[in-house]
Amino acid sequence: MQRYSAFSLLRHGINRHTTWAPAWRSPPLKDRYDVIVIGAGGHGLATAYYLAKEHGLTNVAVLERGWLGGGNIARNTITIRSNYMRDASIPFYVKSVALYEAMTRELNFNMMHSKRSMIDVIQNYPMMRDRRRRQHIMDIYGSTYEQISEAEVRRRIPALTGGGPDARLPVVGGYVHTDAAINRHDAVAWGYARAIDAMGGEIHQQTPVTQLLRGADGRIEGVETPRGVIRAPKVAVAVSGHTTTLTETVGLKLPLRTMNLTAFVSEPVKPLVDVIVNCPDAGFYLSQSDKGSLVIGGAPDPGQSFRRDIKQTVFEDTVSAMLSLFPSFKKLKFLRQWGGHLDIAHDASPIQDETDVPGLFITAGWWGGYKAIPAGGLTLAHLVATGRPHPLMEPFGINRFRHLDYVMETGTTTAR
Amino acid sequence: MMQIPCPFCGPRNESEFSFGGPVKPPRPDPSAVSDEDWTAWLTQVPNPLGPVQEQWWHVRGCGTWLTIWRDTRTHDIVEAPDGGR
Repeated sequence: MQRYSAFSLLRHGINRHTTWAPAWRSPPLKDRYDVIVIGAGGHGLATAYYLAKEHGLTNVAVLERGWLGGGNIARNTITIRSNYMRDASIPFYVKSVALYEAMTRELNFNMMHSKRSMIDVIQNYPMMRDRRRRQHIMDIYGSTYEQISEAEVRRRIPALTGGGPDARLPVVGGYVHTDAAINRHDAVAWGYARAIDAMGGEIHQQTPVTQLLRGADGRIEGVETPRGVIRAPKVAVAVSGHTTTLTETVGLKLPLRTMNLTAFVSEPVKPLVDVIVNCPDAGFYLSQSDKGSLVIGGAPDPGQSFRRDIKQTVFEDTVSAMLSLFPSFKKLKFLRQWGGHLDIAHDASPIQDETDVPGLFITAGWWGGYKAIPAGGLTLAHLVATGRPHPLMEPFGINRFRHLDYVMETGTTTAR
Repeated sequence: MMQIPCPFCGPRNESEFSFGGPVKPPRPDPSAVSDEDWTAWLTQVPNPLGPVQEQWWHVRGCGTWLTIWRDTRTHDIVEAPDGGR
């Protein structure tokens, strides 16, 4: 692998940047692998990376229906945090945050990681109690949550001028999560792809899986694609919203619903907000990108949806909520919007397990799965390679629904 | 904006409605069905690339509850409460 450094930049710059090697190959598609990973999104790529790095499995193909970095890894709000609610969830996200912080060095790819804190703007006392309860549980696992006064909230977010004493919901205080960060989503996809390629794994773009194939013994046998049948004794499904679409091709039903979660960005403006602002009572969150755009998200669409666009009602609700706290943002112009469809499990926690079809693994229900990418890949690679769940993922097996042993998670959706 | 056909008020903007969740079959008697069927009823809903049956509440209108079939790919309402469309 060609290493990236200030020196390599200088050397290739002298050659007018004509001497860079491609970051990954496009090898011919074989008809047999040890492991097939469906979906070259964050979770699929991280899985292939850890299969090679931790378990020495490199005869691995990652199949992608579109292009690298074009799925949900490009359709999120790049928020990395670990302020969850449950004992089962927090250690997993603490690990994921730590892996993100080490990623630039580990992959030799600049993630533009910006650890800038998240401030929850709290506008009623029940929410304050919820945050205090979270803080007590997070303290156990080394995540950070700290209460601050209303005056301190306003000092740290000067643009927050609404929510005064006469407002319907006055700001009563805040909570700071200092572990929170944003980074560059493209770099995550490209950095993993480059590392997988260097270790011998393969990424095949424009290769949609149309059908999972089961052998006569009931085991998974491979997948069908327009480029032909590809066989493997182990197949991992990491496709976000389309998990059930694929598993239903082998008659497998899962407790997942597909929802559309949207975000939008403003025109670029001068530095204005230097933390991630989350307003759970108003129902929106925002951060400012390096380019100066405000990246704004709100609630998911009501009902199931496979459409990846924004609904007018959701957009209007989010904007009016935002203007109640940031009235000066009224002048901002709206630049673009996107939606990503993701599946949510019955208890709003992820599902990562081997299914009833031996050899078929799923990683799904990542409601806000961007922050979970490195740890989700680490744990799935462990499960695929060893056949046993990783300790961090043990509570998130599919059998919890059979035993009605739900992991009800309310820390998943940032906004509500 | 999605227009939802209310049987009393005609087609109205989605912003007047509150989502009431997917339609489920009636609750079975847990002691009369298998464990598998019981947990499936509790935790699973159909998740098709296509029409789903769901309830909406015309909360900022006449207050009625209604059931529609909506396509999850397009948001087209493929079957209205009166069976029309």
